[in-house]
Amino acid sequence: MTNIFSPEKLARVKELISHYPEGKQKSAILPVLHLAQDNSGGWLSTETMDYVAELLHILPVEVYEVATFYSMYNMKPVGKYVFEVCQTGPCMINGSDEIIQYIQDTLNIKVGETSSDGLFTLKTVECLGACGYAPMMQLGKFYREHLTKEKVDAIIAECRKISAANN
Amino acid sequence: MGRKLLLEKAQVEGIRNYDVYRREGGYRSVEKAFKEMSPDQITDEVKKSGLRGRGGAGFPAGMKWSFIAKPEGVPRHLVCNADESEPGTFKDRFLMEFIPHLLIEGLIVSSYALGSHLTYIYIRGEYSWIIDILETAIGEAKSNGWLGENILGTGFNLEIYIHRGAGAYICGEETALLESLEGKRGLPRIKPPFPAVKGVWDRPTVVNNVETLAAVVPIILMGGEEYAKIGVGKSTGTKLISACGNINKPGVYEIDMTISVEDFIYSDEYCGGIANGKKLKACIPGGSSVPILPANLLLKTAKGEKRIMNYESLSDGGFAKGSMMGSGGFIVLDEDQCVVKHTYTLARFYRHESCGQCSPCREGTGWMEKILKNIETGKGKMSDIDLLWDIQRRIEGNTICPLGDAAAWPVAAAIRHFRDEFEWHILNPEESQIRNYGLAHYADPLEPAVAAV
Ligand SMILES: Cc1cc2nc3c(=O)[nH]c(=O)nc-3n(C[C@H](O)[C@H](O)[C@H](O)COP(=O)(O)O)c2cc1C
Ligand code: SF4
Ligand code: FES
Repeated sequence: MTNIFSPEKLARVKELISHYPEGKQKSAILPVLHLAQDNSGGWLSTETMDYVAELLHILPVEVYEVATFYSMYNMKPVGKYVFEVCQTGPCMINGSDEIIQYIQDTLNIKVGETSSDGLFTLKTVECLGACGYAPMMQLGKFYREHLTKEKVDAIIAECRKISAANN
Repeated sequence: MGRKLLLEKAQVEGIRNYDVYRREGGYRSVEKAFKEMSPDQITDEVKKSGLRGRGGAGFPAGMKWSFIAKPEGVPRHLVCNADESEPGTFKDRFLMEFIPHLLIEGLIVSSYALGSHLTYIYIRGEYSWIIDILETAIGEAKSNGWLGENILGTGFNLEIYIHRGAGAYICGEETALLESLEGKRGLPRIKPPFPAVKGVWDRPTVVNNVETLAAVVPIILMGGEEYAKIGVGKSTGTKLISACGNINKPGVYEIDMTISVEDFIYSDEYCGGIANGKKLKACIPGGSSVPILPANLLLKTAKGEKRIMNYESLSDGGFAKGSMMGSGGFIVLDEDQCVVKHTYTLARFYRHESCGQCSPCREGTGWMEKILKNIETGKGKMSDIDLLWDIQRRIEGNTICPLGDAAAWPVAAAIRHFRDEFEWHILNPEESQIRNYGLAHYADPLEPAVAAV
């Protein structure tokens, strides 16, 4: 098998497996898929999932089944920055519709699409447990809360800046 | 000022760090439990405390613990449910984010009581920064001898691991959670067998909410009887409420369950009143799954008494005239909000989150979403209201897990109390696209002393 993970990542996989009883290594599938997704541009290709199956000594289909069930795993490529805006009731009454519209207009993409420069993907998601700080979105590891149009502009500018600095 | 048992120290500078937490009296419950008490005595104290599960169902925690099977040679597990995905609910996040050691402390005492040497925190995948906070706390607890082998010289070994979910509300349901912990899709299991007999990897397992397990700390410190003196009736101790929507001060509040709903909404100590000087129209007091109530039924019970923020009072009047404490996700809607649209977003949520195993839930949630969307966008028919009612009736009680009920109840309550708003939408398809029905009569005083149906 060609190694997708670095030796450090492989060590982390081993450690994750050790959290579960002997022979129950399948339990590590969710955390290992998170690791794999972070490692491969934010989405899971068939190749990546097959690799995870080999690491955990389970069938590829067991990985596909799981990966497609959970909404945090992306089954197709995404932009470098994924805006996941919550649209459930408590966020809706605090203006999430306008925020979603504003992002669509500003980035010229619809929900589910990626901008032509490959930088931004817009997703709508259901309640993320930040209802008191609405409207909000998840961006990578962190939540961006109390969103306004100005804040959205600032976040987009910030992403562009970081991306330019890394190129 | 209400009494605080969980969040009292949450604002202390640096309380996330072990040293500060310990200096403030942290981990004393572990010392007390391990040195002075047997596992059964701990369970007894939790029983005496009257603590009810804080995850939504309100099942007595001590009783659940006493059900755990103890077959010879089979390991047992405690699993902390930190999946927190019920719309309106963000209290567990607050507790874990600001005072993580309180949860770890509660987990250690609870694991000792249940005989779990391998305890998991199942946390929703989106809370990734909180995972870092918890991992740091676990590391600190371990290096200070509260975790690992032979804790406090008692011979008791314990490891706590975090299991990160990946976006699925259904994994908050305890048996789906166990499937997910086994590395599978989160499909709820048929009960019985209950997790206490056959849980994760077929081993006896107790699943409890974050707040439930944190509450074990004050219970051990003050004793179950003292804890039970706080609150009223079967609503003992304190409860975390996450308040959101159109209020001046959204956030997480710890209440003792004697405060009135009215005071909770309007006092400066809590929600600080309705935002922008608007009027209260409706409220979902316990997370998206519990019935929505118009202002008049919310503030007073069916008997015309002040409604109190506790299990009994919130459910007084049954579903005809009451609601539920649920998970403590308190969602407030002001006069400008549209109940049809709000209900539509919830229906969409449940359709999205249905695991698809049972046809009433899978098909019913899809239909409810579609019909509500039609009504909301001015394409509804009068017959749609009865159709919605009929669909929710067919889901309720006919599914493997309670998600079906949880999807049915919000729709049922919206029609029950706001039928005229639905009718107005249907009769005024164009007008309903530019303005909302408003407060209407929803805050009008009700006839007092109506018997619950
Ligand atoms: C669809 C569904 C979602 C649930 N989500 C959660 C959750 O996110 N957190 C939680 O603690 N309990 C949740 N529950 C309740 C759990 O099944 C279980 O009753 C609870 O974790 C038990 O803990 P407790 O007794 O301490 O409340 C959910 C139940 C259902 C039916
Ligand atoms: S009620 Fe819905 S979520 Fe629960 S098991 Fe059935 S289909 Fe799945
Ligand atoms: S409704 Fe958006 S975070 Fe809860």
